[in-house]
Amino acid sequence: MKVGVLALQGDVSEHVSVLIACGVYPTTVRRRSELDGVQALVIPGGESTTIAQLARIFDLFEPIRSRIAMGMPVYGSCAGMILLADRILDAKKDQESFGGLDITVRRNAFGRQVDSFESDISFDDGSKDLVRAVFIRAPWVENIGTGVTTLAQVDSHPVAVRSQSILATSFHPELSGDHRIHRYFIEEVAKVALEQVQ
Amino acid sequence: MAQEKGTGRVKRGMAEMLKGGVIMDVVNAEQAKIAEDAGAVAVMALERVPADIRAQGGVARMSDPDMIEAIQAAVSIPVMAKARIGHFVEAQVLQSLGVDYIDESEVLTPADYKNHIDKWSFTVPFVCGATNLGEALRRINEGAAMIRSKGEAGTGDVSNAMQHMREINGEIRRLSSLREDELYVAAKELQAPYELVKEVAEKGKLPVVLFTAGGIATPADAALMMSMGADGVFIGSGIFKSGNPAQRAAACVRATTFWDDPKVIADASRGLGEAMVGINVADLPAPHRLAERGW
Repeated sequence: MKVGVLALQGDVSEHVSVLIACGVYPTTVRRRSELDGVQALVIPGGESTTIAQLARIFDLFEPIRSRIAMGMPVYGSCAGMILLADRILDAKKDQESFGGLDITVRRNAFGRQVDSFESDISFDDGSKDLVRAVFIRAPWVENIGTGVTTLAQVDSHPVAVRSQSILATSFHPELSGDHRIHRYFIEEVAKVALEQVQ
Repeated sequence: MAQEKGTGRVKRGMAEMLKGGVIMDVVNAEQAKIAEDAGAVAVMALERVPADIRAQGGVARMSDPDMIEAIQAAVSIPVMAKARIGHFVEAQVLQSLGVDYIDESEVLTPADYKNHIDKWSFTVPFVCGATNLGEALRRINEGAAMIRSKGEAGTGDVSNAMQHMREINGEIRRLSSLREDELYVAAKELQAPYELVKEVAEKGKLPVVLFTAGGIATPADAALMMSMGADGVFIGSGIFKSGNPAQRAAACVRATTFWDDPKVIADASRGLGEAMVGINVADLPAPHRLAERGW
């Protein structure tokens, strides 16, 4: 499977390292031609307003949006979750998202950096083991639409959700050294979605 | 489930999210909005940009809390602010205001000429400047969660940033080439803790994100520093002391992302109007050089 990591801004190299550890050799995506070469995409943590703007300027915005709409498997962490959400609260004026995931997300919902935290949380992939989750000025999911499942919660707010081909977490598994979320994306989301397309 | 705040991972992780981005100095809410609209990953709230501190002289201090709060209210991106070197009470004040990162900065007048702030005792993360690897590791040892190479702030002259970036990365490359039993002496020479020296030698990079700062005034300057191995760029006076701040800010953001693509940098450099006038670092008398503050 050819996986790309959107590399306009953010913690790209962390996602690349984890994907390599999972046996997937990702490419970075900054251009249209690079997007065309991948079957699945990871949107990293970073600043959602910056990434959206750069995607607009470098003609990636509509191509990514339409690939997602056509069923390309995508995983987004933190800023990535915001960029995959159909609706954003506490957004910058006119802030855009690629959308595709029928959720309402609230930016910086847990507060500012002094409120950022890490915690062991349960993640509903069939394992009872807790997963170490790092939340940095993190969003949470305020509402989910039909076809979206909650996989993890903190203080009764969804912090990991999925639809058929999209996975999003408000935390950063790429920072914790735990590869479980990325494996879940590859095995349970991306492979399954791509098989259905074929 | 316990929520642990202010851990090393949370502090250093925040800096990871800024990588590949531009952090811009702003002195009011209006400038902060221009920076956010241009694609800045964060803004640095301060009372006077370095070029003005340099021109006006006097003691430069932490900004007015009202001004910082006005900027926090105006933008959704992270807001950083500067405290004087060693001034832990200014840092406590900034933490209580909820700033997202504190820059313990040589651009302000130092409050303590011996000791830096004990940054481990804070929940908020700190970024500190460094001119060489030893200085960077001493700051990390004190709890800095992010390093920026120092340049000569407020000059628009990139030569100092260049020199310090080469210095830091050159020393890292040298460490990686040493035998393990030579690292003890290397630590002594760098005046840095052995454990950190060993970690850098093994990984071939700092254990925290390394940005660059000081004297960056054009898209090509930003791209130059990225190609020297910076994870991202601070731009101080370079934007709001230029002819067309909004356009220049957006141009620097584009050049930082596509630092390795001269065509993009050329397009970003077109029609930007006047860059900040600038001062040659070589013409600055030594006592007026900010990068030499800190130890």
